[in-house]
Amino acid sequence: MSNWIHVGHLTDIPAQGARVVEHDGRRIALFRTAEDEVYALLDRCPHKGGPLSQGIVCGKRVTCPMHNWSIELADGQAIAPDVGQAHTLAVKVEADAIYIEAA
Amino acid sequence: MAHTAMKLVLVGNGMAGIRTLEELLKLAPDLYDITVFGEEPHPNYNRILLSPVLAGEQTVDEIVLNSRAWYAEHGITLHTGKRVVKIDRARRQVEADDGTRADYDRLLIATGSKPFILPVPGADLPGVVGFRDIADVEAMLAAAASYQHAVVIGGGLLGLEAANGLIKQGMAVTVVHLAPWLMERQLDEPAARLMQKNLEAKGMKFLLQKQTAELVAGASGRVAAIKFKDGDSLPADLVVMAAGIRPNTALAESASLYCNRGIAVTDTLQTVTDARIYALGECANHRGIAYGLVAPLFEQARVCANHLAELGYGRYSGSVTSTKLKVTGIDLFSAGDFVGGEGTDAITYADPIAGVYKKLVLKDDKLVGAVLYGDTVDGTWYFQLLREGRALSDLRDHLMFGQDHCGNLGHQGQNRAAAMTDEMEVCGCNGVCKGDIVKAIKNHGLFTLEDVRKHTKASASCGSCTGLVEQILMATVGGDYSATPKDKAMCGCTDHTHLEVRAAIRDQHLTGIPEAMAFLDWRTPNGCPSCRPALNYYLLSSWPGEAVDDPQSRFINERAHANIQKDGTFSVVPRMWGGITTPAELIKIATVAEKYAVPTVKVTGGQRIDLLGIKKADLPAIWRDLDMPSGHAYGKAMRTVKTCVGNEWCRFGTQASMAMGIKLEKALYKMWAPHKVKLAVSGCPRNCAEVAIKDVGIIGVDSGWEIYVAGNGGIKTEVAQFLIKVKTDEDVLEYSGAFLQLYREEAIYLERTVHYVARVGLDYVKQKILDDADYRRELYQRLLFALQVEQDPWLERVQGKDAHEFKPLQSAAVMAVA
Repeated sequence: MSNWIHVGHLTDIPAQGARVVEHDGRRIALFRTAEDEVYALLDRCPHKGGPLSQGIVCGKRVTCPMHNWSIELADGQAIAPDVGQAHTLAVKVEADAIYIEAA
Repeated sequence: MAHTAMKLVLVGNGMAGIRTLEELLKLAPDLYDITVFGEEPHPNYNRILLSPVLAGEQTVDEIVLNSRAWYAEHGITLHTGKRVVKIDRARRQVEADDGTRADYDRLLIATGSKPFILPVPGADLPGVVGFRDIADVEAMLAAAASYQHAVVIGGGLLGLEAANGLIKQGMAVTVVHLAPWLMERQLDEPAARLMQKNLEAKGMKFLLQKQTAELVAGASGRVAAIKFKDGDSLPADLVVMAAGIRPNTALAESASLYCNRGIAVTDTLQTVTDARIYALGECANHRGIAYGLVAPLFEQARVCANHLAELGYGRYSGSVTSTKLKVTGIDLFSAGDFVGGEGTDAITYADPIAGVYKKLVLKDDKLVGAVLYGDTVDGTWYFQLLREGRALSDLRDHLMFGQDHCGNLGHQGQNRAAAMTDEMEVCGCNGVCKGDIVKAIKNHGLFTLEDVRKHTKASASCGSCTGLVEQILMATVGGDYSATPKDKAMCGCTDHTHLEVRAAIRDQHLTGIPEAMAFLDWRTPNGCPSCRPALNYYLLSSWPGEAVDDPQSRFINERAHANIQKDGTFSVVPRMWGGITTPAELIKIATVAEKYAVPTVKVTGGQRIDLLGIKKADLPAIWRDLDMPSGHAYGKAMRTVKTCVGNEWCRFGTQASMAMGIKLEKALYKMWAPHKVKLAVSGCPRNCAEVAIKDVGIIGVDSGWEIYVAGNGGIKTEVAQFLIKVKTDEDVLEYSGAFLQLYREEAIYLERTVHYVARVGLDYVKQKILDDADYRRELYQRLLFALQVEQDPWLERVQGKDAHEFKPLQSAAVMAVA
């Protein structure tokens, strides 16, 4: 049992791109890969807090525009040799509608 | 999966073999079940660092490159302490000395080399060792603990490093060498004499042109003395045979694989005898050469892995190698053919008192060899020139004085890494000290500049300290340091170089990123942040009007048409043609700044006004209110044309520089480029617009305009070079435009004009722009065509393009879902 929040549709996000949704005072970045998978992360790079939503999406990773850290979208882990983890949120897509789990 | 995989057996658990596996696992992690046999009881370690271990500067544990956990993690079966004694090629099976067997579909032989043991009586006595593996080092350390006299046979790289280590361990060391001077394969005589003097000052003794006759046992049965052909003798409790190495081909020969000073292999690293069997590293002979340094082995490993992964398009065509001695306090570098000979000429510099000697060997206007002693700061630069085969006519006069390529900002004016202490900052951008870099190189077993950048971030931002970092890398890992290869792949997604990719896009008429990736066999499904922007640029610049821009392949600044700042806000710089504005324009800017509470308003170096701290969502509205063209201050594009007031006001002015600047800026407006492009126009040679540090700089003189190109005022100041003097404004536009179009068509993405011109040579540029008037006009026409399809990006977005980029999504109310 969990609370899901409707935040938009798959087509709202460009493929290999991201959109930001503000909820509960938090900036949440929603990523869409080339294969139309959707991931949700807090829009903060574990390095120096850069906005991940502004990065380039390749495969299942995003590269922070500030200092080029690459972050795994599925678990928020930084790619070695960098060490750190961005906060991830549960997300689901049903009939093109995107939902994130309420905190 | 496992039972369907092919079987790969690697014989030789050393650096060449394991590097190949690492490359292979990156390309095809599940293709093979892998089994590794190693004769030594250790996992793969960094053989280059045996010298520091012997000198007591590092421990054995510290030089392990792949722990046993690494093998387990990749599902690799590891047999250590087992020597493979038989290859049954018919049954495709190998057998080790303890009877262990393994079947293979592909076999990789990387058995390395053996020290050459002089065939003299007593060579098999206890106390006689090679200098090749951990066991040898342990034997030497044990001897140093209880004995006094050491003799090293062989005054080459390995012998001198062994002698240095033994002296550090407190032994009295004599180096015996057959040739008239030390390291005769890497050094000419003057350099070797200087080095010998320095080594003697460290306590090393030398016997040159001395031939060993016999090693004599003492009462204990251990070696006690060395006798020479001329009748002399010396006490010797330890004898290190460092008279060379021999490819270890016994196993291959027993399997009837063709060997001739190494296992003969093709450009794909397959043995010439059996295509299922690969060989690489020190045991292999490629086009007549068995390489003994790490950089070529790694190049071989990359190609070999590519073929094992069944991709099948890499070829190894040989390597140029360089040498650097890892003895503290001895500064020595050599590369290529430094002896010279027919058809070559040499430039020599000698200062025996200061202990500096340099010799550069040139052939057909190209550098073919270099020896440096005492001052090796420019070794990396010479090595790069040598590998690139660059024409040197324009450099020859100051070639000997080096590149001074370390820049002079951000690292305390240092350009000699050796003179720096561990606490001194090397990388001023990321705050990395020399000690951090040395530690990372040793602890993580790094060999390449890229590895060092990844692990330490040193030289990973502005790059001005690259030269220093390369020096540290070279000093730490010696000649095995791997310079950026000449044919460097664009990124990890492909083996193709930037220039190959450009050529394919042009020749094959490729107009989309997915199409280009498919045609060029990209390894990743949709590239990486390094190749995607480059591809996007190459497509747009090759096929203007046809290729469609991919915003998702642009860095955020070019996607949002504003500069992202550290807090995630943006800055807005409207265009001011030639740096000239009006009261009405200033009122507009002031009104916008007040309306949107812009926290900082700053005058830029490019003579315009920057509004900083803008929220992304406000950008389209601000652009609408400003109603000014985009300044492209955020793009790899034409930024500004800086001007002085010129003869309209200035009493010294000879030409109307403001009007010329505005014409140029309007002509080049909306021009994307491989990197940012800045111009300037001065109205007289007093040069108040600073044209000497611009990509294109124009100086007005009484009789016309002088055009200068490829200047740079950033990380490293580079003075622009004179291209031509022209009469009319129209000529300025045509020549400048043609130069920039040549750069747009031929430069590598992120290459500034200064680096592009350095790569192709100013003579080449002159040939295209000055000598061939038709081609110049064609270039200029192509530029005009490309620019006419571009729109003002701010205006487009005010009109609604890419609205999603600027608007956050709205979240609905929370709803409960079971």
